Amino acid sequence: MMQEMKSAKSGPPSMVDFQWLIGGEAGYGIMTVGAIMGKVFTRLGLSVFDYTEYPSLIRGGHNAYYVRASDEEIFCQKQPVDILVALNRETIDRHKHELTPQALVVYDPNVTKVESTEFTTQTLILIPFLELTKQVGADRLMINTVAVGASIALLYNDFSVLEGILKDIFGRKGEKVIALNVDTSRAGFDYVVKNFAGKSQIAIQEKPQENLFIGGAESLALGAIRAGVKFAAIYPMTPINAVLTTLSAYALKYNIVVKEPEDEIAGVNMAIGASFAGVRSIAATSGGGFALMVEGLGLAAQTETPLVVIEGMRPGPATGMPTWTDQGDVRFVLHAAHGDFPRIVVAPGDCLEAFTYVMEAFNLAEKYQMLVIVLTDKYLNEGHTTLKISNLKSQISNYKIDRGKMLTDEEALKETDYKRYLFTEDGISPRSIPGQQNGIALNGSDEHDEKGLYNETSKMRTTMMDKRFKKLDAVAKILPPPVIYGDKDASLTIVGFGSTKLPVLEAIKWLKKEGISVNFLQVVYLNPFPADVVLQILTGAKKTLVIEGNKTGQFESVVREKTGFVFSNHFRKYDGRPFYPEEIVEKVRSLL
Amino acid sequence: MTTLKDLEITYDKPNWCPGCGDFGVWVSLKNAIVQLNLNPWEVVLVSGIGCSSKLPYWVKTYGFNGLHGRPMPAAEAIRLANHGLTVIVVAGDGDQYGEGLSHFIHAARRNINITVLVHNNQIYGLTTGQYSPATDMGEKNKATPVPTVEAPVNPISLALSAGATFIARGFAGDNKQETELLIEAIKHKGFSFVDTMQPCVTFNHKNTFAWFYERVYKVETKNHDPKDKTEAFEIAESWPLRRLLKEGEKEQIATGIIYQEERPTWEDGIPQISTMRLVKQSIENIDINSILDELI
Repeated sequence: MMQEMKSAKSGPPSMVDFQWLIGGEAGYGIMTVGAIMGKVFTRLGLSVFDYTEYPSLIRGGHNAYYVRASDEEIFCQKQPVDILVALNRETIDRHKHELTPQALVVYDPNVTKVESTEFTTQTLILIPFLELTKQVGADRLMINTVAVGASIALLYNDFSVLEGILKDIFGRKGEKVIALNVDTSRAGFDYVVKNFAGKSQIAIQEKPQENLFIGGAESLALGAIRAGVKFAAIYPMTPINAVLTTLSAYALKYNIVVKEPEDEIAGVNMAIGASFAGVRSIAATSGGGFALMVEGLGLAAQTETPLVVIEGMRPGPATGMPTWTDQGDVRFVLHAAHGDFPRIVVAPGDCLEAFTYVMEAFNLAEKYQMLVIVLTDKYLNEGHTTLKISNLKSQISNYKIDRGKMLTDEEALKETDYKRYLFTEDGISPRSIPGQQNGIALNGSDEHDEKGLYNETSKMRTTMMDKRFKKLDAVAKILPPPVIYGDKDASLTIVGFGSTKLPVLEAIKWLKKEGISVNFLQVVYLNPFPADVVLQILTGAKKTLVIEGNKTGQFESVVREKTGFVFSNHFRKYDGRPFYPEEIVEKVRSLL
Repeated sequence: MTTLKDLEITYDKPNWCPGCGDFGVWVSLKNAIVQLNLNPWEVVLVSGIGCSSKLPYWVKTYGFNGLHGRPMPAAEAIRLANHGLTVIVVAGDGDQYGEGLSHFIHAARRNINITVLVHNNQIYGLTTGQYSPATDMGEKNKATPVPTVEAPVNPISLALSAGATFIARGFAGDNKQETELLIEAIKHKGFSFVDTMQPCVTFNHKNTFAWFYERVYKVETKNHDPKDKTEAFEIAESWPLRRLLKEGEKEQIATGIIYQEERPTWEDGIPQISTMRLVKQSIENIDINSILDELI
């Protein structure tokens, strides 16, 4: 029997909408089992979102993995926790205040001491994790696997879905490893069935599976693979590590050369070199590494070499908070340069957009022989979400490679006086690549003439600068307009970019159920900025609220700079945490 | 057959100072390309910033004139993207031993099959004569209030310890030897490095052509075996000195092939390019459905 869940705070009632949280010391496989739970709920047909918090440590320190699942579409995490799995006492101390009154608290009484007065309304689920691992002959580090089995038993009455996932995940490691994992998690499952049947108010009803479960960084990498990336030079840095590791995992299958350069300076210069040589290439980094790449960005611009760079924001400056989220690099990526040069900056707001806009970035980069920066953040990159398989597949099949004016070998052969930087109507010149006979050219960082020869005359400098910027005018004409979500004549228009899309859409959904109509203007392309459309929407809005994850309102100031529009309200957050829908709902209520 | 005329740029000519050592290196490089009969469109000269890095402007091959200190990573990636190309880095001592030193070390240890030709004039010429990482100890110029107390970088020792598999020193005053060294370097399968002493006639008043003529010798005349790494280190350590010259002492500067070994290249370890050059591989309709299946 399904029972109606009552959310503790401002969440709307739903048939099934719960949040599961596991916490423990780093090194206890919290991340692994979190991902497994997400996969289980995905296979059961639910909409899933996960969110992690962890320090920049390999062992020790506190890891927390939130998985929210619902039978209606959800966009992000929420505040209240319905099931807390505590692998240690610290988890209870840190997360006790997040629990709903009806929450279940799962822990091993032999490891974690809980006072009888601590939980007055919640239900305690005492499971001897350590003892159960011993019984099946598993290592003590596998208490996480027991916890998964136990958690599933609290939510769903069948072990087979979890078993299938464990077999898929550990398939390559052989029968022994599979059997150990299955036995260990089944021990947890059986223990709950035997001792705690009926304790949970949540009962998942299986629905037909339409979704897959994917992370933001994975989506970026998969988009790149579909777009034909052939070369990646990525120095590890949170939160883009999964771009590197995902590309690396498929490097042999798709013949992609994936290299770890000695630093980000080498990374960006390698990506430029590979692109100059004619292959689609990518660099990825976070703010600190991006700072090192800056001179290279100008090189790509000056030589008109196509370049795609992913920037994953985290709180700076300096080392800042390496494993947390932030949106404080807006102004940085828009302006990072010495001298003026055109660039495209695109900020995907969810996994599907991450996939789609990276694919598009490769086309734009080659078509306009321009730098494209894909601006993301930790929240998007390291979170996972369900994504409708059919949506993803239609993006995949609709994608057409466009390499712009890159010459084929045959075309190059016909050249008699090839000019790499030929002046054209749209500013884009035919591009030869090394190896092409009659396409010989020097691509140089000096200011140059049409042939590519250094030239410092007043006229050539001005004309060549104008030529490069003409390309940006051409880009502006073809970019899709910003997207509006929600009712056209809403009583409030929220404006934002990037991953704030997720909690904003969730908040709008909740507010709608309360009868409050709010819409969301998502600016996807931050440069060239769609000033006319944005201004038109903003001036037509009844009330405006700009939301962003930084201290100084960088995005707000960009909108104002480009449109002249002055926002009446803003909501900023810069504590390393993402926005929560509850916070947005509260902010909106305060304004209406 | 590739001829010198094929490599000629008709719309410009070198603007180095009259008598500059760069002219000799320029001629030697073109001679090497001709003697190896390389198709000009299959050669890429990758340079940094400085007088020497302008060289690609005056040779009719593909060229990429990048950032100061950064030609190496660009060149490595060009080679990985299209290993049918002959990739030659042309840079100065500021590029390779100052700004881009780490790239030099990493490219050497990877043993990527590119050639690195360093024009080493032991000074920053283009910025009008400041000391470089290769400037001899005790030299005084406009950037140092007192004679420099910094020991110079030893490029040959550095290359040896970094794992370069072809290491030579040339001299811009001996085009015949420089041409031969460049031919051997380009032919070498792996990371080849030719440190070329190239006097700056305008700003380096110490390390002049005449100064070098009195000090250079060819290692082969002393029966040096380039396979002998210990002896190669001894030769490398004999100059430049990490101390001031003693009274009456005169430097002996080895030229020629100082070290050579065979070791698998970076490219050899990349199965993704073993059957087809990266740039030749089609990117149309890449099917990622099997990845999606793993995410279900």
